[in-house]
Amino acid sequence: MANVPALKVEGLRKAYGDVVAVDGLDLTVNAGECFGLLGPNGAGKTTTIEICEGLTDPDAGVVEVLGQRWDHDERALRERLGIQLQETQLAEKLTVDETIRLFRSFYVRGRDVGDVIDVVQLGEKRSSRVGKLSGGQKQRLALACAIVGDPELLFLDEPTTGLDPQSRRQLWDLITELRASGRSIVLTTHYMDEAERLCDRVAIVDHGRIIALGAPRELIASLGAEHVVEFTTPEAPPGALDATRLRAIDGVMAVREHDGRWTLEVANLAQTVPALLAELQRLQLGLGELATHSATLEDVFVSLTGRQLRDA
Amino acid sequence: MPDSRSEDRRPWSERSLAQLTLVRFREFIREPEAVFWTFAFPIILALGLGIAFRNKPADVVTIGAIHGTAARDSVVARLQHAHGLRVLSMDDSAAARALRTGEVALVVVASAGGAEYRFDDTRPEGRSARALVDDALQRAAGRKDPMSVSERKVREKGSRYIDFVVPGLLGMNIMGGGIWGLGFAIVEARRRNLLKRLVSTPMPRSHYLASFLFSRFFFLVLEIAVLVGSAALFFDVPVRGSVLQLFVVCLSSALAFGGMGLLIASRARTMEGVSGLMNLTMMPMWVLSGVFFSSSNFPRVAQPVIQALPLTATNNALRATMLQGAGWSAVAPSLAIVGAWLVVSFALALKLFRWR
Repeated sequence: MANVPALKVEGLRKAYGDVVAVDGLDLTVNAGECFGLLGPNGAGKTTTIEICEGLTDPDAGVVEVLGQRWDHDERALRERLGIQLQETQLAEKLTVDETIRLFRSFYVRGRDVGDVIDVVQLGEKRSSRVGKLSGGQKQRLALACAIVGDPELLFLDEPTTGLDPQSRRQLWDLITELRASGRSIVLTTHYMDEAERLCDRVAIVDHGRIIALGAPRELIASLGAEHVVEFTTPEAPPGALDATRLRAIDGVMAVREHDGRWTLEVANLAQTVPALLAELQRLQLGLGELATHSATLEDVFVSLTGRQLRDA
Repeated sequence: MPDSRSEDRRPWSERSLAQLTLVRFREFIREPEAVFWTFAFPIILALGLGIAFRNKPADVVTIGAIHGTAARDSVVARLQHAHGLRVLSMDDSAAARALRTGEVALVVVASAGGAEYRFDDTRPEGRSARALVDDALQRAAGRKDPMSVSERKVREKGSRYIDFVVPGLLGMNIMGGGIWGLGFAIVEARRRNLLKRLVSTPMPRSHYLASFLFSRFFFLVLEIAVLVGSAALFFDVPVRGSVLQLFVVCLSSALAFGGMGLLIASRARTMEGVSGLMNLTMMPMWVLSGVFFSSSNFPRVAQPVIQALPLTATNNALRATMLQGAGWSAVAPSLAIVGAWLVVSFALALKLFRWR
């Protein structure tokens, strides 16, 4: 059983009318792995994950979950999965305890309700009505409902969207613990920091296709540049600076400009930043802002699509 | 692995059917408005109607008589002694005004050897005043009745308005409970993505639907007890037939209306959409199905349709059972109509139902 992949998808396609949501998508998630589908809103992540969850029928393609297929083994498969949908508003009049107890009742085998409440740190809210919980607490309750059946594979669709930074970090810790306990996890997100932090491997999805696949570190390394330098020259007349001139600077791998903001991918900051400053001085261009950061998955997405994840 | 999961040692109370039914109870009793509309409202309505339409002793009819001449004054004097009449002596213009405002039902204008009655013949009081006045005047003038008659007064419970309206309210309540109870809860769950979340678990779908029927069953017993009990306590409304038959009638119509609620909710995604559909379904039955007044008031051509409505059938069966003490054979046709609605609406609802 150990060699059976947690999830195997081949040639997945789904269109809603004229809009192609998923356009020939293949992927394999290994057992015990935390796998992320990273992409902007509308990239087809939710459609993909809902097809894998057996909630949406694909137009074409094959989905195998834990070695089973939805058309023969639905009931048995549902016993083995934990699912968190993107937007589920659980019944507001029930308490935390009653809600988890309800979800527990659907599974023949599962975890103790009290244990699960402790795992998601809702012990103090045990008898509170769901309608009175904060956004982060509701999201942790949703996670509790997904894990109370003691699943082998967990699907999490945008688990931290709309949460404050502290609640997000709390959920990240929970997901990290779940992964450490040997479960396979498939999650979608449009936060690159989330994917980098949680996932063993990510697939970057855009327009219903996978445009890059690998471990976050590998993908970032594939840029060939460790760092990103961003700067502005507020007083420069248009055309005073061009990409060719910047690319000629030592150690610059790629150059982009967006709304007067220049972005350089560079291998070595100590080498390139002084050279950049010298070049600007030579051209007699005043420097506005200057910022540098280590390359992230966001930069991978930008370099592949020319768009930012957030406004893509 | 499927083997180890197939043995299930959980107590029944921890299983999905029990837990889902518990959820129904919890959601209902934590919604004070729902409790009010289901239990308190019909009682308040019955109390109000019972007081407004309570049986009064036979009314005294007020009439006017125009005075002035000797003939007129003697008529006034004769009518003063007549039974069931109150006579106001007045002049011509005051009489015209009193007749117009309904203060008097009839005005007598006497002349030598005769009298004129002024009244509105489309009003029941006008017609009964005419009969009473004419009778009194003819007798006083020496008429002898050719046939002797006697009277025995019968005022029986079971034939009062309150007796008529309580079974109607019970029927209306069963309809509302089924259609609102299922319709709103299901569409709300679909709108919140909760239905989709539930079918993403191994929950048997039939258990979800059955939980509604179980909770309806329980609340139905309470509804019948509360409404019929308080009607008996406050107004002496009778239950002449068997309680079992009353319960079977209520249960089958509750199931039929539950099926209709399910059908209405089977596709709707918004509360506005489902509210519109529910009102469209229930409004005609509130008017046509004999809740507050008999459905026989509607024209004959409409009767086949009206009689085929599930609420008409329910109300007919409830009245036959409670008021006439009729047996099973008398309510069988109504039960058949209710049963047909039950089967058709469930079959359609299960075919159309959208879980995601």
